Amino acid sequence: MPLVSLRNVSKIYRLGGEDIRALDDVTLDIDPGEFISIIGPSGSGKSTLMHILGCLDTPTLGTMTLDGTMVQNATERELAHIRNQKIGFVFQSFNLLPKLNVLQNVELPMNYSGVSNRERRDRAMDALRLVDMDNRAKHRPMQLSGGQQQRTAIARALVNRPKIVFADEPTGNLDTHTGEAILQLFYRLSQEGRTIALVTHDPEIAAFTPRRIEIRDGKIAIKVDERLAGTGAHSRFSLTRSDAEGTRETQ
Amino acid sequence: MNFLNTISIGFKEIWANKFRSMLTMLGIILGVGSLVAQSALVKGLENGMKEALVAVGGLEKVYITAQAIPAWQRHRAEQAVGNTMRDIRALQQSAPLVHLVVPEMRLPEAVVTSGSKAITPWHFVGTWPGSLDLNQHVVEYGRIFNDVDEEMARNVCVIGTDIRDALFGDPDEIGREVNPVGEFININNQRFRIIGMFRHYESELDRKTREQAASRGPAPETGGPSRRGVAGGAKRSRSGSGGGMGLAFEWKNKTIYIPLNTMWLRFRAGASTNNEPDPHLTAIYFKVNDLEHMNDALQQVKNVMSQTHNGIEDFAFNTQENYSESINTAVRNARLSGTIIAAISLLVGGVGIMNIMLASITERVREIGVRKAVGATFWDVFIQILVESVVIAVIGGLAGLLASKGLVNLLSILSPAGNSPVITWEAMIVAFGFSVAVGVLAGIFPGLKAARLHPIQALRYE
Repeated sequence: MPLVSLRNVSKIYRLGGEDIRALDDVTLDIDPGEFISIIGPSGSGKSTLMHILGCLDTPTLGTMTLDGTMVQNATERELAHIRNQKIGFVFQSFNLLPKLNVLQNVELPMNYSGVSNRERRDRAMDALRLVDMDNRAKHRPMQLSGGQQQRTAIARALVNRPKIVFADEPTGNLDTHTGEAILQLFYRLSQEGRTIALVTHDPEIAAFTPRRIEIRDGKIAIKVDERLAGTGAHSRFSLTRSDAEGTRETQ
Repeated sequence: MNFLNTISIGFKEIWANKFRSMLTMLGIILGVGSLVAQSALVKGLENGMKEALVAVGGLEKVYITAQAIPAWQRHRAEQAVGNTMRDIRALQQSAPLVHLVVPEMRLPEAVVTSGSKAITPWHFVGTWPGSLDLNQHVVEYGRIFNDVDEEMARNVCVIGTDIRDALFGDPDEIGREVNPVGEFININNQRFRIIGMFRHYESELDRKTREQAASRGPAPETGGPSRRGVAGGAKRSRSGSGGGMGLAFEWKNKTIYIPLNTMWLRFRAGASTNNEPDPHLTAIYFKVNDLEHMNDALQQVKNVMSQTHNGIEDFAFNTQENYSESINTAVRNARLSGTIIAAISLLVGGVGIMNIMLASITERVREIGVRKAVGATFWDVFIQILVESVVIAVIGGLAGLLASKGLVNLLSILSPAGNSPVITWEAMIVAFGFSVAVGVLAGIFPGLKAARLHPIQALRYE
């Protein structure tokens, strides 16, 4: 049973009396443990897709289930609860709260889930250890490098043991070297069994994941699944888009 | 979300913007401070007025004076007896709801002389010693007249300090206290011996003013006249300031009491018919036992008096209720206007909080977006903003209570010309409660605004 499944999902915005279909009839499944990337140029609708997948927004049409729960009709309160319990977010600009230290930033999601103070600290330290930031727990975000900030943000995304982690251009504000380290971290986390979805416009980053979904004009243009294609290599140069043409799917 | 945790987040947020929060609190501090201070001032004013009311005998004191016979009884005018000692005896025996029934005979425009000095007392009264109790008089030197003085109609008197000051010298001017007991004075050319003198009566305010003038001490050695000037100033303020309420004390100091019989025999004889002294009393004083049953007592007195007056209503009751009513009105007006001004300043403080909370959430749109993305609900965000607003108001309110203490001290130093302000618990609780309410109100709108933010838009906000 897929962890996330979208069925004929559309997102329509009304702008100046005109309907704009940011997402147009998208059907998609994500299985537990998958490491996928959603790729597309800006304005393609990939951010909208991520917002709907991440329960930050609800679809106008179509249905969506996450971990067996119907999401499309959820109230805002229920959505907040789902985001808190089942979803982790990593943002391009890290979005750490500057007034809190690293530990407090990681504890933030647990503030909204009724975890006791002691357990909060333990779980936050565990999450920081996972991303190798436990020795910086008392630092302020401003005192950290970009890569360290992003690792803190990843710890925050993992701390409530979510079913799926969404990362929106996680390397966009980092230099190539640091970005690659972050990607390696995601790869490691995925190897440990976590479900991760990267959103990016960069094909080279997308090439890092076994499964890639390309969005154009609100529709899914290309799906590549290396597991189906039978290749197991995950080097960023091992697979380019041209190699994947054989698995093009039509909607 | 854990409530204590929310409060601690609120404190952190305020601590992170120390200067800004302090400026915001200043509005609340001043609002609460002025609310408490003004209520303390009004309380002081009220105390001063009540003090004057007590000095004239308090609310329990009632007196009966003569009144023109009402029109429907005019045909029986010959049977009207007026207020006499018969009424006194009847009331003493038949009106258990009142006590301290005291007759008074007054002689207006009496001239009192001693050597070349003369004064006209405000009250020249022939009465019983019970009058002391009734009018809150205290004998400082000598004694009050006794039954023998009364029985023998002796020419003895007890005087107030203003009489002494006029005839024998003011201690402020001559620099020493004169004890006039044993001296003789002439009242309308009758020789009287002074057997006692009352205490000097003054309001709290006058006492303070006088003490301040005294503590300013001997003026620098510039000679006699300037010294006199200082003392004269003190005296003027003693009798002049305090408005209507101060007059109550001045009248009291300008009193001469003599035995009732003396008054009757020495001064009323001239006004007699058939060589009998005029038996009419100027007033009949009594005290009501229980203020709660004032009306019952007055009705009882009226019944007794109807009996002795052949049913003719040629007498009227005079109570201090009008006085007390005017005090209440004055206090209510002062309190109302003061409270309105202070409440406005508290409200302005609240607007300050709201303003700063709006600025703060605009600054923190991204933070709110992040909090929502990781699972904060509408209420979590709303409560967080509300708590911050209330925490500012609570700290401001507490600081305001402290400030009010200082403000009141400052006011009583700057202007001794007010009865000492009294800070009451009620005022503090009300002011603090108001500041909390203002904090809640000021937090609602910014809180709603923050809580309504859509997470996606909030996260995109630059």
